Amino acid sequence: MLAIGILGGGLAVVTLRNVIHSAVAMMICFGSLAGMYALLGAPIIAAAQVLIYLGAISVLILFAIMLTQAGDASLPAPFHRQAPIAVVIALVVVGLVAWAVVTTAWKAAPAAAAVAVEAVGNLLFTDYALPFEIIGFLLLAAIIGAIFLARRPEEDERAN
Amino acid sequence: MASLQGYLIVSTALFGIGAFGFMARRNAILMLISIELMLNSVNLSLVAFNAYIPGANNAGAIFALIVMAVAAAEATVGLALVIAIIRTRQTPEVDEYDDLKE
Repeated sequence: MLAIGILGGGLAVVTLRNVIHSAVAMMICFGSLAGMYALLGAPIIAAAQVLIYLGAISVLILFAIMLTQAGDASLPAPFHRQAPIAVVIALVVVGLVAWAVVTTAWKAAPAAAAVAVEAVGNLLFTDYALPFEIIGFLLLAAIIGAIFLARRPEEDERAN
Repeated sequence: MASLQGYLIVSTALFGIGAFGFMARRNAILMLISIELMLNSVNLSLVAFNAYIPGANNAGAIFALIVMAVAAAEATVGLALVIAIIRTRQTPEVDEYDDLKE
């Protein structure tokens, strides 16, 4: 059921002609993914998915679409001329990876093990403290870079 | 369905959809959304491995969290770039960006 939501949402994202419809389909896809994380016994990942993807990135993308869309009067053709080649390449990649998935003898447990929120928090601040700090620095750099890139040049001159 | 392979197949299919969207769509914002789809599919496989492989010790969950943070940073900078380009070129279609060809 959730898989249908994920894959249907994903397909709708890449095939719909209107960009805003694609963004809504993307939110459906991300919401189904959050449900699947909860199903896999990882509620912390599900919560992070809802907060980051459904909350932050979706709103960011919707804002970007609204800022850039001139109006839905003329919807251009959504695909490049090389779309058939892209279909073939994507299918080849999916086929190879699916073949690897099916033929490998996974040493998997029969049931999903739950992720304890407390254990993840402890690991994040002990064993994975350095990646955590690097992520913080990366986000700071991204914020500054985004402000710098999205600023209008003429505001620069007025500020000086 | 509820096995490791089922989750991995879903993840693979989502990655393929994202890769197709990235290669085939003409809209720059849609290309960024397709990248997000691919990152999400990798996250799904990481969480599935974490849940089903014994001895994973929650590493997959932490990797997934870190991937999400990096994806947020990437989306921020990517959308800022796209908005800056659209402001100068007045179109979101990537095949109109042919300044370097002339």
